[in-house]
Amino acid sequence: MPVLHSAPKFASNDGVLETLSAALGAMLLSGVEQHGELVLTVARDRIEDALRLLRDDHEYQQLMEIAGVDYPSRPERFEVVYMLLSVTKNHRLLVKVTAAENTPVPTVTTLWPNAGWLEREVFDMYGVIFAGNPDLRRILTDYGFEGHPFRKDFPLTGYVELRYSEEDKRVVYEPVKLAQDLRQFDFMSPWEGADYVLPGDEKAAEAAPPPPVATPKTTDAKADTGAGDKANDKAAETVAAPAPDKATGGKDAGAPKDTDSRPAKEDDK
Amino acid sequence: MSMQLEQSPTTGDEVITNYTINFGPQHPAAHGVLRMVMELDGEIIERIDPHVGLLHRGTEKLIEHKTYLQALPYFDRLDYCSPLGMEHSYVLAIEKLLNLEVPLRAQYLRVLFAELTRICNHMLNMGSHVMDVGAMTPNLWLFEVREDCLNFFERASGARMHSAWFRPGGVHQDVPLKLLTDIADWLDTRLPRLFEDAMSLVVDNRIFKQRNVDIAIVSKEDALAWGFSGPMIRAAGIPWDLRKSQPYDVYDRMDFEIPVGTNSDCYDRFMVRVEEVRQSARIMKQCLAEMPEGPVASDDRKVVPPKRGEMKQSMESLIHHFKLYTEGFHVPEGEVYVATESPKGEFGVYLVSDGSNKPYRCKIRPTAFSHLQAMDFMSKGHMLPDATAILGAIDVVFGECDR
Repeated sequence: MPVLHSAPKFASNDGVLETLSAALGAMLLSGVEQHGELVLTVARDRIEDALRLLRDDHEYQQLMEIAGVDYPSRPERFEVVYMLLSVTKNHRLLVKVTAAENTPVPTVTTLWPNAGWLEREVFDMYGVIFAGNPDLRRILTDYGFEGHPFRKDFPLTGYVELRYSEEDKRVVYEPVKLAQDLRQFDFMSPWEGADYVLPGDEKAAEAAPPPPVATPKTTDAKADTGAGDKANDKAAETVAAPAPDKATGGKDAGAPKDTDSRPAKEDDK
Repeated sequence: MSMQLEQSPTTGDEVITNYTINFGPQHPAAHGVLRMVMELDGEIIERIDPHVGLLHRGTEKLIEHKTYLQALPYFDRLDYCSPLGMEHSYVLAIEKLLNLEVPLRAQYLRVLFAELTRICNHMLNMGSHVMDVGAMTPNLWLFEVREDCLNFFERASGARMHSAWFRPGGVHQDVPLKLLTDIADWLDTRLPRLFEDAMSLVVDNRIFKQRNVDIAIVSKEDALAWGFSGPMIRAAGIPWDLRKSQPYDVYDRMDFEIPVGTNSDCYDRFMVRVEEVRQSARIMKQCLAEMPEGPVASDDRKVVPPKRGEMKQSMESLIHHFKLYTEGFHVPEGEVYVATESPKGEFGVYLVSDGSNKPYRCKIRPTAFSHLQAMDFMSKGHMLPDATAILGAIDVVFGECDR
């Protein structure tokens, strides 16, 4: 596909994947090129070795960023993505490992000192443990914060809110109270691949088609209704008023005379 | 903290202890809400533990709940001193996922205003840096320039700071010709006069040099290892600028120089920024000279909404407008990391799309995060008042650092 966009152009990816997969060998689980970016997935236990190899032998001198991503449906739900930059080869590389809540990722603070804060941030936001990081404290959230807010199952509104209490003369934490529900507008078109049930459409989605029958059920005769004699008798009772009598023109004998002054019609005489 | 005997022969036999002071979170030299726990030996800094996150607003999580276009204004609010620099990375990341072509005029406009943003940002940073080390007047003069920049932003986008003017596919609206001629006049007359006047007070000033020269020297190796970028890495003598090495938009057509430092101290960092302002003015002049006529946004109606006038005539435009402002556009599955040279350094956006109309994950790489982390090792052994000079030379803004 020809490149039409005007995003930053770094050195070509040609042959880089082959070179790196040969160098990484068994450490590399998969390597793909997509949207013009090389993404390598590395075995979790070997990430430190893999990144050391990339830094020392393949000139990826800088660790620009470590990003966490949460995919709750996967067995190992987190991805930790390392963005490497080579200032000599002018090339960028994304290196990934996967992790679960209870599987620590080896730290890379031994390779780059700035990994310290970057790992602290991923730990703070996602709860990924970095084994060997000497200072794995929370970094961005409040002192004494509980939970890992960027996980997909953490609500956008959070659990606690704080305010300054005039009575206590200090800041107090309270469970979050919303004056109105958080409204999530979803404008996905139901005709194009929305795979959920729209509100009010629940029955339409879950009703199974009726099982096929030999003789279609009709209610032509009373016996066919299946309602029982009692109900049939009740149904036969006349509830509505009888049809108006033609001779009186539909008026009861005791009904008052017309009060308007229009000329009487032929029938009323 | 241990009691220790003072070794200096001049102070006799007194016993002093290391002590810890709290710098910030409300401190005029902290450039925002930064708390630093400093361990001092007399006036010498032994250790600094910066506590960041006091301005954490969960921008990245909020973006996951917004469509791609709705998420754009959040970027203005990250580094509120250089809003368009932030937007630039984000729109380029979306365009890279969509592989969307941007018309030439829009690319020129983006570069023009990205450089104006750089000038605007450096005016604030240099002004506050000199003020942190004791000078008042240059700051006031530089704010004059910054005011001009903000007026230009207002004339282009309607907003002085939070422009939301770069859009996926181009820019939001075209600029009037008068604005371009006014910018050209300004570049020729007002900017050099005000800026060079202010700099003449600072660059050779004895006090300014005493406060900055040889403060926080960082070697090339350290600068690479700590993930430095922007003026911080260039001051260390590494000629690394993403506008040159990984050009985006029309930077590859521009003729400009990359200033580098020789001594890698706070003074070099300042001087790199001074020269960058002149180079930015040079780029802007080229943009104004070469900018072609034409559309300012892609004509792909599945991404860029039609203009109001078109909607009055065409039913299809009306439908596109409605769909783009409710559902938004869908971005193909995949992940990209796009980084541009923001005024403060490499500002990156790691965008993961799951094919829907909202980003699955948008990780923002702030420039200040890595720089501030190096605060501890840069300040070690310096005096307490040097901390403000080091912090000023880092150019940290907490909207961006804490996100």
